[in-house]
Amino acid sequence: MHERLDPRAEPPHRAHVPDLTADGPKGRAKRTRLALGAAVADGGWTLLDHPMLALDVAGSPAFLEPDAVVVHPDGSWTVVEIKSFPMLDGSADPAKVGAAARQAAVYVLALERVAAALATDGEDDGEGGEGEDGGVHGRVPAVRHRVLLVCPKDFSNLPTAAAVDVRKQRAVTARQLTRLTRLEDIADALPEGTCFAPDRPAGELVEAVERVPATYAPDCLAACELAFHCRDRSRADGAVATLGRSVRADLGGLATVEDVLSAAHGESGDPDDPAVAALRRAAALRAEALAGLPRIPAPAGAHATETTAGAHATETTAALQGVPACP
Amino acid sequence: MSLIATLGRMEAVRAGQAQPAATVCHRRLSARPLVFVPLTTAGEAGAPLGALVGTDPDAPRLLVVAQPRDRDLRFAFLAELADVVLPYIDGFAADVEAAERTETDPETGKRIKVEAELCADAPQLIVPSRAGIDFVRLLGRSMRFRRTAEQDPETPYPAPPRVPLLGRWLTHFGERARVPGSSLLLALTDVLGLHWTTGQSSLEDQHLGALLAWIAPPDGLSGARAALRAELARGADDQLLCPPAGPATDPAFDNRLLAPAIERYDRARTALAAAEDGLEADDRLGDLTNAEKAVRDLVESRTLPTWQAVWRGLDLLRELPEGAHVADRWTRDRWSFTAHRDRVAAGEPPQPRRDDAVTAANKLASREREQARLDAQEALDDPLVMAGRRLAGEAFAGEVVDVVMAYSESKRPSPRPLITVRTADRPHLGERAKVYRSLDGRPQTAEFVGTQDAGDDAVLVLRIVDKMGRGKEPEAGSVPERGDRLCFTLFEHDQRGGAKLPDPEHTPWTHGGPPGEEAAVAETADPVTEEDVL
Ligand code: SF4
Repeated sequence: MHERLDPRAEPPHRAHVPDLTADGPKGRAKRTRLALGAAVADGGWTLLDHPMLALDVAGSPAFLEPDAVVVHPDGSWTVVEIKSFPMLDGSADPAKVGAAARQAAVYVLALERVAAALATDGEDDGEGGEGEDGGVHGRVPAVRHRVLLVCPKDFSNLPTAAAVDVRKQRAVTARQLTRLTRLEDIADALPEGTCFAPDRPAGELVEAVERVPATYAPDCLAACELAFHCRDRSRADGAVATLGRSVRADLGGLATVEDVLSAAHGESGDPDDPAVAALRRAAALRAEALAGLPRIPAPAGAHATETTAGAHATETTAALQGVPACP
Repeated sequence: MSLIATLGRMEAVRAGQAQPAATVCHRRLSARPLVFVPLTTAGEAGAPLGALVGTDPDAPRLLVVAQPRDRDLRFAFLAELADVVLPYIDGFAADVEAAERTETDPETGKRIKVEAELCADAPQLIVPSRAGIDFVRLLGRSMRFRRTAEQDPETPYPAPPRVPLLGRWLTHFGERARVPGSSLLLALTDVLGLHWTTGQSSLEDQHLGALLAWIAPPDGLSGARAALRAELARGADDQLLCPPAGPATDPAFDNRLLAPAIERYDRARTALAAAEDGLEADDRLGDLTNAEKAVRDLVESRTLPTWQAVWRGLDLLRELPEGAHVADRWTRDRWSFTAHRDRVAAGEPPQPRRDDAVTAANKLASREREQARLDAQEALDDPLVMAGRRLAGEAFAGEVVDVVMAYSESKRPSPRPLITVRTADRPHLGERAKVYRSLDGRPQTAEFVGTQDAGDDAVLVLRIVDKMGRGKEPEAGSVPERGDRLCFTLFEHDQRGGAKLPDPEHTPWTHGGPPGEEAAVAETADPVTEEDVL
């Protein structure tokens, strides 16, 4: 940490590692807050092993547990993230580093809230004395925007570390957080009696989930457990975003596959609409280029409506048993 | 994604089957490729679990690491892999043809032609997916700095003799795969995705089974349903019917089948080691053999479907005729292969961990050049790709409606005919912009003179400026005639070399200065620790 992020500070000979155990996430978050305040007042290096942070997400508190937070002698804080993917010759898989950076950015945001709160506590306290909540005299401790990523080195189990700048991820996450619809608002929009309790019958649950508006895109597949369900629904609706988030950009207001195709083939749409005009030119150029090729016969019985797996992903999968999986 | 590709995806949704994204094959498909289907161990980043490898679709060689944490077993796996891959590569090294290469004369600094050897063909490695290419690079990196007992008798864990060499070759294949349009190492999902658009997103196209399901759905099934089945369907044992193409495996397989089998193998090994007499040892050896066979069977069951899928994919691709410029790019691959063969033969050290500034800049510049070359060649070879460039205003096709002879105003007038082309395309032409058409495979240049208004279509006047011979009158066939249908591009057909970079010895200080003495020292081997994964 000293070498990679703060070479000008005094080298750490020993560091405080406060005990953060407490009952429940709320208790632990409070302990963390106290420990952070104490560490700043204390000067020197402090390592918080698996602290607990609270962050307000869409109106309800979410508890986060970074691998570690280090308090520098100058009172600033750094998030430490430990990952299992290897750092090979000083570089690691960019996708995985990106994911780690996004994760760390959330911790940075949460820490910033804690820092701001500590500063206000300090002010309320007046008298310059240390408040019972560990206030820090109105000075907001800086949360560093370079986090420390710790990974196995090359092919070994030895640790190595690199500083990762998360400013961009932090800004993006902050924006997303403010834009998130408040959970309460979503709940208000649902019909009375909608219930997501896992002990409900499956059909009822599916119905409940269906009522929540969702905008599926293929990136959901890597991130969300509901993805296959949402994809089925999105495909059944013929939503163009099923084919990729970027697809929508070129299509103006056309939202479904059938709308796009009929506009492209001149069956619908306003020819003066630039999106429709571009589609028609694209369709004409494509047809011209393919004119020389033999037509592919469509598989027997295949039609778009067949892809409408509908709400019951499991049923669809079940219906497919008995057909060879790997064509 | 271009609008044409987007439309292709939607047509695929409607038709229930993938649609063509190309009318020719844009990559060289070797008559005898080496297919490599590796698996890795979950949780031990990069530790190989096994692989199927070989050139005969009916006779893959199965390699298995029964306990991936065991260094000796891993080394045995790598040695076996070397026994398959290196003879395959060597098989292409000896068959050479004479060729010419341009080099800079060290004394005069002029570009001169020198006689050189060029391998008549090159080896080709096929892996199922992009992650497979990354794994080839990882294997290459882990092996090329290893020391064998012969190189260094003191080395704590000597690698089997041919393993470092395999590492250098895999590194070369992995690096070459970064060059746009190269075919030395291909990921099948990428190549299939280049030639077909499916009714799913490009993200989902990374799943080889789903991609093939869209391209060639089994009888009576739509692509969408077949793909869904390939992705999700599980058998009675809760295992995926179509295992992932790897190298990563399905967690349900890891936990329910693989982990117990490896545990059983470990127990059998411990028991054998503890055997007290020959009779007992014989017995326990039998147990160990059975336990090992169980792991082998498991690995085979997860790789064989992918192995077959890869060959099926290759068969589908082979039905497409090869693009006209593919042979040209393959020649570059052959040069690259020949050059690496020579470096190995000359006893040069393995590729460094990190390139020096000049090498890195050179690589980057050549990749940019190759990308531009590839973009141009694919468009020229394939009307469907050209359609995308026409839609983007980077090319136009039309009919010649008028030809007027004209001459340049110099002492020896040369032909400068004016042609008028009517097109429905909307090229982005600036004043005196240069445009190119292919004349018997060579680019002929014309200059944009002006446009006439003609309602919906554009009528463009162009002046042809070259490739008409040396005489006052143009050579026969070198000037378009009225009624010809032509396609002009705004991009050049050939890529010239970019700005010349200094030799490594003259690296400017802004880029770290000349490599100096540290670079002369051979790279050291990686330190070995007890818990290495590769
Ligand atoms: S898959 Fe998940 S993230 Fe995506 S739309 Fe559905 S619920 Fe939302």
